Amino acid sequence: MNRPSYIVMFRWVVWREIVLAWRRKSDVLSTLAFFVIVVSLFPLGMDPDSRVLRTIAPGVVWVSALLASMLALGRLFASDYADGTLEQMLIAPQPLGLIVAGKLLAQWLVTGLPLVLISPLLGLQFGLSTEGTRLMAVSLFAGVPALTLIGAIGAALTLGIRGGGVLLALIVLPLCIPVLVFGAGGNMALVGAVLALTVVFAPWAAASALRVAVE
Amino acid sequence: MLETSNLECVRGNRTIFRDVSFAVRPGDCFRLTGPNGSGKTSLLRMLCGLLSPARGTICWKGAAIDTPDGEYFSVMTYIGHRHGVKDELTALENLRVSSGLHGIEISRESAAAALERMGLGGRENLPARFLSEGERRRVALARLRICRTSLWLLDEVMASLDRASMESVQLMLADHLAAGGMAIVATHQEMNFSNGRFQRIELAA
Repeated sequence: MNRPSYIVMFRWVVWREIVLAWRRKSDVLSTLAFFVIVVSLFPLGMDPDSRVLRTIAPGVVWVSALLASMLALGRLFASDYADGTLEQMLIAPQPLGLIVAGKLLAQWLVTGLPLVLISPLLGLQFGLSTEGTRLMAVSLFAGVPALTLIGAIGAALTLGIRGGGVLLALIVLPLCIPVLVFGAGGNMALVGAVLALTVVFAPWAAASALRVAVE
Repeated sequence: MLETSNLECVRGNRTIFRDVSFAVRPGDCFRLTGPNGSGKTSLLRMLCGLLSPARGTICWKGAAIDTPDGEYFSVMTYIGHRHGVKDELTALENLRVSSGLHGIEISRESAAAALERMGLGGRENLPARFLSEGERRRVALARLRICRTSLWLLDEVMASLDRASMESVQLMLADHLAAGGMAIVATHQEMNFSNGRFQRIELAA
């Protein structure tokens, strides 16, 4: 019998998530479209004074990124739970936290990264300076993965609950406030600290929640 | 070998079964029977560590199955009702991914060969949503041929299989037992083997 390997497992988890996202492109694109539309509504709905817009831009983009990543969270574990793949993940010989980490890495690649890449374009609508745009993109680059990681804990906790979507938002949004405050304020050191903390702890917390949900 | 003693299952306020004890040795096949709701699936889920028993112990080679660094989870394969075959992936990808999730890399060729032997030759590159329920189940079962684990826990795997595939699954099971493997199979269907020690666990309603 072959010895199970962590690297093989991790690679297959990431590969699988990316292929699944590619074959359900509409899910990924709808998240991105939601982000673009919500951000674009603000300049349209507000006083077109460029000073006001420039001041609110980071906050608006951050709140929209938070809401967009919430949309993607509901799907994170639901389809694997429904078809039994999640059970197989739970009884795999490798630590479940590592499998969750693989899923989240792939989730960030397919939904988080596109948000970051498109944000400079959205900054244009607010007349942000080059420097301001750069700061916003960098803070999103570090902050969006932290949002996904925190959200994963909520997604695991609400798995299999009827009306879980609203509950998920109620659990996750308050927990995301620190990231939002630091990120929109451009405080990179603190965003980095939250990211480091969540990278270490969130996959294991989500893994424990998944065990409870499946039992 | 797998030993259980005095297992008790409680779901909600209801005790589903109690005092279930048995030992599975190499070459043993247990057929798990009982009416609907008698706890067949719960027992199998306990044996694969998805459900913790209200009372009693489950040991693999003398150590509790959830011992850290224990080998149990790398020698056991569980295939449940929900077999984890993804609609968007092809049969071949499903097989390689499900082995990959357990840390076992299999080549495209050996995956194709295993599917061929499950009677899915020529359909290995079809997305699973175009396969029938029985064919999807066979995709899940193909993993048994490849991963070569020693303990198989199978929950109603014969459901929705045609006669020919049922025979091929039984043949696969017989080979597995002859090679010193162990299996616990929950099924309503009769199973007949020429070799292997064959026993029955009956759960009362």
